[in-house]
Amino acid sequence: MALWRQFSYGLRSLIHRSVKDSDDDDEVRQYFEETVAAWQARGLTAEDAKRAARLELGNMTAVREQVRSYGWENAIRTIASDLGYAARQLRGHPGFTIVSVLTLALGVGASTAIFSAVDPILFRPLPYPDASRILTIWNTYQGARSELSFGTYRELAQRSRSFESMTIFELWQPALTGGELPERLEGQSVSASFFQVLGVAPVLGRDFQPSEDVFNGPRVVILSDRLWQRLFHGDPGVLGRSIKLDDNTFTVIGVMPHSFEDVLSSSTDIWTPAQYDTRQITRDFTGATWGNHLRMAGRLRPGASRAQAIEELAQIASTPWPDFPRPRWASLKRGLIVDSLQDDIAHTVRPALLAVLGAVLLVLTIACLNVVNLLLARSAQRRGEFAVRAALGASKQRIVRQLITESLLLALLGGVLGLAVAGAGVRALIALSPPGLPRVDAITVDAMAFAFAFAVTTIIGVVTGLIPALHVSREEVRPRLEQSSRRTAGGHAFTRRALVVTEVALALVLLVAAGLLLHSMLRLVAVDPGFDPSHLLTMQVQTSGHQFDDLPSSPGTGDNARRRFFRQALDAVRQVHGVEQAAFTSLLPLSDDPSWISTYGSHFENDDPQGGHNVFRYAISPGYCAAMSIPVLSGRCIDEHDTATSPPAALLSESLARSQFPGQNPIGKRLHVGPADRPWFTVAGVVGDVKQTSLALNEPNDVYLSTEQTWFADQTLSFVIRTRGDAAALAPAVKNAIWSVDRNQPIVRVATMDTLVAVTEAQRNFVLILFEAFGLVALALAAVGMYGVLAGSVAERTREIGVRAALGASRGNILALILRDGMRLTALGIIIGSCAAVFASHALVTLLYGISRLDWMTYLGVIALLTAVAAIACWTPAWRAARVDPSITLRAE
Amino acid sequence: MTDLNTDVIQGTLDMLILKTLSLEPLHGFGIGRRVEQISRGVFKVNPGSLLTALQRLERAGWLDSEWRQTENARRAKFYRLTRTGKRQLEIETADWTRRASAIQRLLRQEG
Repeated sequence: MALWRQFSYGLRSLIHRSVKDSDDDDEVRQYFEETVAAWQARGLTAEDAKRAARLELGNMTAVREQVRSYGWENAIRTIASDLGYAARQLRGHPGFTIVSVLTLALGVGASTAIFSAVDPILFRPLPYPDASRILTIWNTYQGARSELSFGTYRELAQRSRSFESMTIFELWQPALTGGELPERLEGQSVSASFFQVLGVAPVLGRDFQPSEDVFNGPRVVILSDRLWQRLFHGDPGVLGRSIKLDDNTFTVIGVMPHSFEDVLSSSTDIWTPAQYDTRQITRDFTGATWGNHLRMAGRLRPGASRAQAIEELAQIASTPWPDFPRPRWASLKRGLIVDSLQDDIAHTVRPALLAVLGAVLLVLTIACLNVVNLLLARSAQRRGEFAVRAALGASKQRIVRQLITESLLLALLGGVLGLAVAGAGVRALIALSPPGLPRVDAITVDAMAFAFAFAVTTIIGVVTGLIPALHVSREEVRPRLEQSSRRTAGGHAFTRRALVVTEVALALVLLVAAGLLLHSMLRLVAVDPGFDPSHLLTMQVQTSGHQFDDLPSSPGTGDNARRRFFRQALDAVRQVHGVEQAAFTSLLPLSDDPSWISTYGSHFENDDPQGGHNVFRYAISPGYCAAMSIPVLSGRCIDEHDTATSPPAALLSESLARSQFPGQNPIGKRLHVGPADRPWFTVAGVVGDVKQTSLALNEPNDVYLSTEQTWFADQTLSFVIRTRGDAAALAPAVKNAIWSVDRNQPIVRVATMDTLVAVTEAQRNFVLILFEAFGLVALALAAVGMYGVLAGSVAERTREIGVRAALGASRGNILALILRDGMRLTALGIIIGSCAAVFASHALVTLLYGISRLDWMTYLGVIALLTAVAAIACWTPAWRAARVDPSITLRAE
Repeated sequence: MTDLNTDVIQGTLDMLILKTLSLEPLHGFGIGRRVEQISRGVFKVNPGSLLTALQRLERAGWLDSEWRQTENARRAKFYRLTRTGKRQLEIETADWTRRASAIQRLLRQEG
């Protein structure tokens, strides 16, 4: 009640200010008049009574001020008048205001955007209960993570005690038929405990049960919210409904919550039990249960530590039990790689993200330095103003409050604009983000990051803004007033020079990083992929349906049906107008085809029995070499004569042929690829190496086989179509040609080879774009800082310059004087920055390609650029100094 | 001339105002004069403090005010005690009595 009265009275007096003021005045005047009247009543004359009253009551103006200033609303009035003054100040100096606000906005906005993008991937806990207790478990191949087999999973799950539950999962891409066009869904085939490990249950229906995850168990699926909305329009009656996948009927038993995010594979829309045949495990090492194609995760038991679990798993890996026989490729001799789920999903992008985060912090630092610099420059100019205000009776406190208000207003403007920059930045980052960046959907402008960046710049602004006020005190007024006209060099000159040197140094670090990345990119783009990516259309065709099943009565019928379908589809594609050449392959270079699926052991006749290589197996159609423009170096490519009944032929990549048969002709040599119990493949030709996973990687061991002669028919093949005109434009016609053979086969990942090549380098490109942007911002800020310092120094030295000119210095002399000053600062910054860059470039090593982090060309180029920009920034102040008219300057004193 | 301290004891101004107004509505000068007279000149009220205190007490809801003519035909702002003001006066009086008697006891005790 009392509070409310305080508020309403204050508000009323705030709105009817003049009424309140005149009331107060009246009351004070009446008090005075009564006092006078009282003195008169005692017999004084009117004059004497007034004097006596004044003596008694003191300064009535002060009393009036005291009465007027009562109430909270007066604080608001002071702030409002401070704000008004600050706004006028900022408006009066648009150059200073615009540069400061833009600097703050860029610093705050860029660092908020980057942190917002990095936070969900690297720092924020995953969206699962106790997410830190979820670990991933990998097999080790050549020191790196590799998939493991169901047999390994079963052994680990049964022997380990540290986990509450463990799960395996793998890619499952069923064809959804029955709709308008056949479509391929992105799914995961998982063990029944999958959602328990993640700690999330379906929002509708139920989770998988162990009884469903058995060989030939019931066909059930759980849908993502996304797919549920798309296929069933969010109908809650979906439970028990059936959908047709790969010609089989599956029953929907659950729907995951809208908020559920499958960080293991964010595009996953559907889950089904893996249903491995556990009886096979001990009987047959060649079956699906021992294929290394599963990923594995586990949830720690409460109380069990990660270290304990890692130790236990290592111990299990190193001590096989007779109950759990292991084949050679699942021997676990190299141990297991165990990591937290969070670190696991981020491990491929972490170096890039940390580099970007480091870069943006440098930008933020430069922005802060620049703001400090600008404020110092401004305070040097305003020293006179404050001296005058102090002389006119403004208290030190009042001046300080004024300065804080100005700084805060500036920071507020910068912050609001920075928020806009952050919003735009986050959208741009999402648009630019390379495929494979985890948790992209979780990226939003991070309030904490914004608050942090905003607070840092604000505090720096306020503190710096206060420095001039600390110098103002009444004693100093006179000398300051005198100084303000004379403009002797300010005391902050050294600080400001140091700041500019730092800015130049930091900008150099960023520019060197950007330069190294750009250089790497140029080298990478110049890498020959081993084939011609232009005018090349690619698409993946998946075969699905019961017509491709092997009948128990006649094994091989399914494979034959598949081969027939692909042959017919290829014939149809070759008829399409505009197609020059067409072929297909089981493994498409520079695509996202998981290369480990196509990695097989090879064994040449001349190898010793324990030897052999891992090779990429390409099952190709006739005409593949021509369609891809892969050069045939000797022998021939796979052609129409390589059929199921002719002797099996193979092509080797150049490097494999050379390392296997140095100085010999490899044609006619024999090898096994995959199973060793099959007829030998005879080398029929040698072709050029191709880049498979990335332009940056050399993976030279390739073996090409005919799809007609491999030991199984691939379910999914990629068509490569060399076109006469625009490759992308031909896509619809080619798809229709394939569907003219069978309307129920999904066609996915339709893309030109140029696009695929760009996508493989997307992460590098992403980092490059960011570093270029930051480098340019840093360069601009450093230039502004340099300009500010020199302009300030010229203004302060006007008198000195005038004297020099009067004593006969030519314009050229003075120009050189100022330029030399600026260049000295630049040179110092460059020296310090180069040393820093040499250290900082360590962080980039994993992102570089083909050049050293100490590439002197890059350093020299960046130094030249920085020097040129600094020279431009110095030119205007130097020019202004050169035009100082000595007679005017000297007379002005 | 000896400088006797005529400042109002800190924290008691509100109580003195409330007490003065409990007798009859008065304007600022009247309150000041009344405090001075009744205290026989021991306390002199500073007009700045008094007028600010009046604003404060009014906002606290203990006083009402209205502009009226005084007997010598001046326009003045008269303050009147409200019901809550009366209650507040009782609280403050009791509190003061309790504390003042404690101080008296302390001062009277034999050294």
